[in-house]
Amino acid sequence: MASVSLEGLTKSYGNGVLKAVNDLNLEIEDGEFVVLVGPSGCGKSTALRMIAGLEEISDGGVWIGDQFVNDVHPKDRDVAMVFQNYALYPHMTVFDNIAFALQIAGMPRDEIRRRVEDAARTLELTDYLKRRPGQLSGGQRQRVAMGRAIVRQPAVFLMDEPLSNLDAKLRVQMRAEISKLQRRLGVTTIYVTHDQVEAMTMGDRVALLRDGNLQQVAPPSVMYDEPANMFVAAFLGSPSMNLLWGELGEVSASGTTLKLGGQTLLLTTEKIAGLRRLGAYANRAVVVGIRPEDIYPAADRPGATSKIRSNIDLVEALGSDKVLHFSIDARQALVKSSDSLDELNHGEAGKAHCVARLNARTPLRMGDDVDLVFDTDRLHFFDGETGEAIR
Amino acid sequence: MSEVETSVARPKPVRVRPPPNTSRSSLSRMENRAAYWFLLPWLAGFFFITVVPMLASAYLSFTDYRVLKPPQWVGLQNYVAMTHDRRLFVSVGVTLRYVLISVPLVLIFSLAVAALLNRGLKGLAIYRSLFYVPSLIGASVGIGMLWREVFGARGIFNSFLALFGIKGAGWMSSPGTALYTVIGLNVWTFGAAMVIFLAALRQIPESYYEAASLDGANALQKFRRITLPLLTPVIFFNLVLNTIGAFQSFTQAFVVSGGTGGPVDSTLLYTIYLYQRAFQHLEMGYASAMAWVLLATIAAFTALLFWSSRFWVFYGD
Repeated sequence: MASVSLEGLTKSYGNGVLKAVNDLNLEIEDGEFVVLVGPSGCGKSTALRMIAGLEEISDGGVWIGDQFVNDVHPKDRDVAMVFQNYALYPHMTVFDNIAFALQIAGMPRDEIRRRVEDAARTLELTDYLKRRPGQLSGGQRQRVAMGRAIVRQPAVFLMDEPLSNLDAKLRVQMRAEISKLQRRLGVTTIYVTHDQVEAMTMGDRVALLRDGNLQQVAPPSVMYDEPANMFVAAFLGSPSMNLLWGELGEVSASGTTLKLGGQTLLLTTEKIAGLRRLGAYANRAVVVGIRPEDIYPAADRPGATSKIRSNIDLVEALGSDKVLHFSIDARQALVKSSDSLDELNHGEAGKAHCVARLNARTPLRMGDDVDLVFDTDRLHFFDGETGEAIR
Repeated sequence: MSEVETSVARPKPVRVRPPPNTSRSSLSRMENRAAYWFLLPWLAGFFFITVVPMLASAYLSFTDYRVLKPPQWVGLQNYVAMTHDRRLFVSVGVTLRYVLISVPLVLIFSLAVAALLNRGLKGLAIYRSLFYVPSLIGASVGIGMLWREVFGARGIFNSFLALFGIKGAGWMSSPGTALYTVIGLNVWTFGAAMVIFLAALRQIPESYYEAASLDGANALQKFRRITLPLLTPVIFFNLVLNTIGAFQSFTQAFVVSGGTGGPVDSTLLYTIYLYQRAFQHLEMGYASAMAWVLLATIAAFTALLFWSSRFWVFYGD
């Protein structure tokens, strides 16, 4: 087992014009489970492949344990990788697929048999050892791919979207199995996914990438509650965070006000006290974020002072809860899916589309007028220019 | 009008299952007829150029037919005569040697070159075309003549060897080397098999090799344990195709040996001997019998290959 350290890791194409991964710095502790997450093309797979040695490193370095591995052949890095398509050899049995690395290493047959059978037991594949991958279900193939990785007892597991070929139900199950397995084996794991649910549920820490740039590294709950910028805020969470342009009032002893279009919210002193830099934004436009689950019908919060009046565009009943789509008189702040954070779309004034996640038993229907309460203690503030969180 | 009245008179509309759709089947009959019209040119060719001559030759193989006189039924006499035709045995030996040497060589060459070209070489399309050209022109008379000149006693090949101080033989005029020169010409046309191998190599996902790299496999191990097994269906395909082709090989040896199968019958392929019996001795009955024996032999070899394939060919999932 080993730690993994990335220092200024960069992958550039076309004489450095295009940077798939840009100056990535990341310290991964021994035994840690880190998830690299981000939208398609953000460079997460490229970063993983550089760690594996399958992709040449343009700049920066990779350490595995104490070893600087930039120029070390993939086989000598002591890493095992699980591929998105599993890369199982179709002409070999499950046994031979799992045993492949050990056979190549020239391990004695008895030892190979013992190790493969151990791995198969762990992954509940014992009954399938004589089958070929083509005769297995998606989940079983996935487990064989895992088996091939664990049988080598490597220092580091690298997993490249290993669950993306599975159907939704199986994905939930395998997600838990991989997490459990990793905890039990305690092997340092770097897991790449574009699925925010996997990122939130599996990793000890999550590293979010965008256009090759690292946005934030933090434990999932921290990243969810304290996103470093608007992109992180919008990427994590489903439905994603509502982002609106607002204007802060004068900061006084009793607190301050926040104007969202024609409506005004009162912010308590306690809330502002937690955000030291917010004072600098008095009388200025800021981007305000609120998660759908931090919005309530006023009826559920009798004491609330500031309410937002709105009309319901749509109600989606999910069984466990209701997702409410409504518009408020404010400007929407959108994170563009490409390029840098400072490209904020100022949106159409007076028509911001918002989403709230409410209790399933809330008796609201499409077309109803409703008073909603924004939990002001749970508001997020972002600099309108840079998109960085204001704290 | 009366229909409307009946339907009004009915208390409840009754859903009647429509009768079996006859219009549909007449449509498909019409389409079938159109298809046969389109197929007609090919069918006519197949019938008159392939089926009729085959049936004719099957009949002629049981006759004594020397073109100038009508065929006379002789039963199995031609087939019996073949069993003590010394030159026929020579030609069988030459043909077997030709097939058993040239087919593996073609496969090995084409696979090796395809594997090399598949390593992300720049200008792949150009190399692919260059290597493919010989298989387009290799069977032509012109190339046969050229080959004869190149490997003649005063040919370019010997001039080339002379550069290294080696005195080359008359490759085509010596019985010891003539067949190998013809085999060389056949191997030179490995391009067709190579293109098929190349296409198959491209089908193997890169991740197999990446996974193998991480597992510590070197290039040779990857080739032996991943590439080769995954290529077996294509190897089998090329093997069958080239074996059939080699048994029927004619033009190259015919041109290079000047139609004699010489020197000293060293390039007397079965087909050349057949040609001689048919068109030089005008023994059409005997030649027809030879042709049917060749067909049976090729069928037997092909069947043998198909039987063996279950032990070594891996067909996907």
